[in-house]
Amino acid sequence: MSGRERILGRVRRALADVPPGEDTPVVRDYLREHGERTVEETVELLAENLADYRAVVHRTDAGSLPGVVAGLLAARGASTVLVPPGLDEGWLAAAEMTRVPDEAGSTPHELDAVDSVVTACAIAVAETGTIVLDGSPDQGRRRISLIPDHHICVVRVPDQVVASVPQALERLDPARPLTWISGPSATSDIELDRVEGVHGPRTLEVVLVR
Amino acid sequence: MSGTFVGMPAFPAAARAAVRDTTLRGNLRHATHTIRAKRARAVAELDDWERLRQAGKRIKDHTLRHLDRYLEQLEESVTAAGGVVHWAADADEANRIVAELVRATGETEVVKVKSMATQEIALNEALEAQGIHAYETDLAELIVQLGKDRPSHILVPAIHRNRGEIRDIFTREMGAWGRPAPEGLPDTPADLADAARLHLREKFLRAKVGVSGANFMVAETGTLVVVESEGNGRMCLTLPETLISVVGIEKIVPTWQDLEVFLQTLPRSSTAERMNPYTSMWTGTTDGDGPRVFHLVLLDNGRTDTLADEVGRQALRCIRCSACLNVCPVYERAGGHAYGSVYPGPIGAILSPQLRGTGSEIDASLPYASSLCGACYEVCPVAIDIPEVLVHLRERVVEGGEAVREGSKVRLRPAKGHAAERAAMRAARWALSRPGALRAGQRLASRTRRLHPRTLPGPGRAWSGTRDLPPVPAEPFRDWWQRTRGGKDGAK
Repeated sequence: MSGRERILGRVRRALADVPPGEDTPVVRDYLREHGERTVEETVELLAENLADYRAVVHRTDAGSLPGVVAGLLAARGASTVLVPPGLDEGWLAAAEMTRVPDEAGSTPHELDAVDSVVTACAIAVAETGTIVLDGSPDQGRRRISLIPDHHICVVRVPDQVVASVPQALERLDPARPLTWISGPSATSDIELDRVEGVHGPRTLEVVLVR
Repeated sequence: MSGTFVGMPAFPAAARAAVRDTTLRGNLRHATHTIRAKRARAVAELDDWERLRQAGKRIKDHTLRHLDRYLEQLEESVTAAGGVVHWAADADEANRIVAELVRATGETEVVKVKSMATQEIALNEALEAQGIHAYETDLAELIVQLGKDRPSHILVPAIHRNRGEIRDIFTREMGAWGRPAPEGLPDTPADLADAARLHLREKFLRAKVGVSGANFMVAETGTLVVVESEGNGRMCLTLPETLISVVGIEKIVPTWQDLEVFLQTLPRSSTAERMNPYTSMWTGTTDGDGPRVFHLVLLDNGRTDTLADEVGRQALRCIRCSACLNVCPVYERAGGHAYGSVYPGPIGAILSPQLRGTGSEIDASLPYASSLCGACYEVCPVAIDIPEVLVHLRERVVEGGEAVREGSKVRLRPAKGHAAERAAMRAARWALSRPGALRAGQRLASRTRRLHPRTLPGPGRAWSGTRDLPPVPAEPFRDWWQRTRGGKDGAK
């Protein structure tokens, strides 16, 4: 007998007490979001919660975005920047550093030599201070937002901001590879005390752009 | 379950040794108290917490009651998304499958994301026996692996170590495993985390095979979810060419929407955060992004036996948050190692004896490793009534009866060593149903009370070793009641 048949057989025997045809729907009486907020207040909450988990938050408008991005890269001293294939070219218009394209053929060692990465995001979640990447062309492969030590993520507000986790899942496509990011990499493994900066980017800058 | 803990003494013996270790007690007290207060704050932010908790319980119960259907659905959706599904009835089968999959790649190294399931089946040891080195990449798991130690907490396996001890382990051991620790490494958590970053970087960048568990598997979409903090999970899940995930069959949720409950309750219950730094979700394989080959190994290893117990099956709702460990007065004093299993604390006390059976000394003693205070039930995000299951398992240990082991019904014999308890209960039943005998006995006890010993002899010594015998009053209650008519008229 295959492992599959053996396990399924055991499961069915174990559930002999469950009446055939039982199908109780799960009651969902919890909230779709916590508290009532205007769109402005939701964006404000996002900024607050991002900062609470040590992401660096910047605000700007579409016109000033290229200058802000270039400024952040320069302040970091970055000489190379990873660029997803579908990133809005205007965002890096003012940046003078060498662009490294996100390509299937790059090795992890090559990506490790790049200073910074700039991506867009799929959505951001205000209540938890989370940005979610879904691998769309303006975000690139999962590894490019992981290996460089400095990640700049641009969030279009208020369009890309949802209030809560339930609202986030409604807007995401499970078929895409998803990465939920809440602050820079951290650990609580030493004395259950949170320390920022382990394997992922140690600096996460989030630019909220109108 | 794992052979790692074979030969463990029963809980009372292991706990007695542990509570004498003052460093251990200090480390545990500091860590559990820190996280307790933080968790309470994180939970208080959500005014629908109790409703989320009940929804989590209902989703998990519903899943377990139709587990066969959801397992088949999951297999279908993972396969449709490009994954390969394997089924492992026990630890040996799972280890064999993983070893063969790794060998087929031609690699002799794998990088691992922290996973309770692979700890449970002792995968690292099994791979090592086949000449395959498994590198743990979670900081706490790394501390445990380098220190040739055993995990003592579900979330923070090295909770029993303080920063000084960790610094010493890194300085001493890292060189033998790869990049050595920097000269003069300080013991601040930030410096220790940095040393781990440097040490593991080279392993991530060259890894061809990753091994993980998963926190959730979504039946309708075939999506797997790993919740983590450090980014080591993302490294292992996205950089290698081959990904092998070993996941217990109880980790299923039926729908994508179900994640909205657990992604709110798990981070707040485990690390006391609104959201953990990184959550990865993947559905099969994606062209040009991440591993090209994805294997899912579905693990039984005692779970279906647990499912067969109508009271005990609720333990399978567990989402491994470890909130119950952090509030448990017994865990805080005895530490995780005394539980003799990768699942310590209150959840371990009901999970290990069900996954492994109550045949060994340690497993038969675990249902007693509790004061039944109920704090674990209060904090459980899926409302597992741990005290109820503990009492149920105590009954099974003492009285024996029917249970399922490896898929077959067995009759357990009553445990030895409870003869004195059973005799006392029989005597009590006899006396309490004979008022005359009870009265005579009580009067005799009152009259001889000056002669009573402070501790019990023979088999009773174990009981009175940690308790004073209750003093017998000078006059039995019923005699006093008759004499004074219940204390009326101020009579004494």
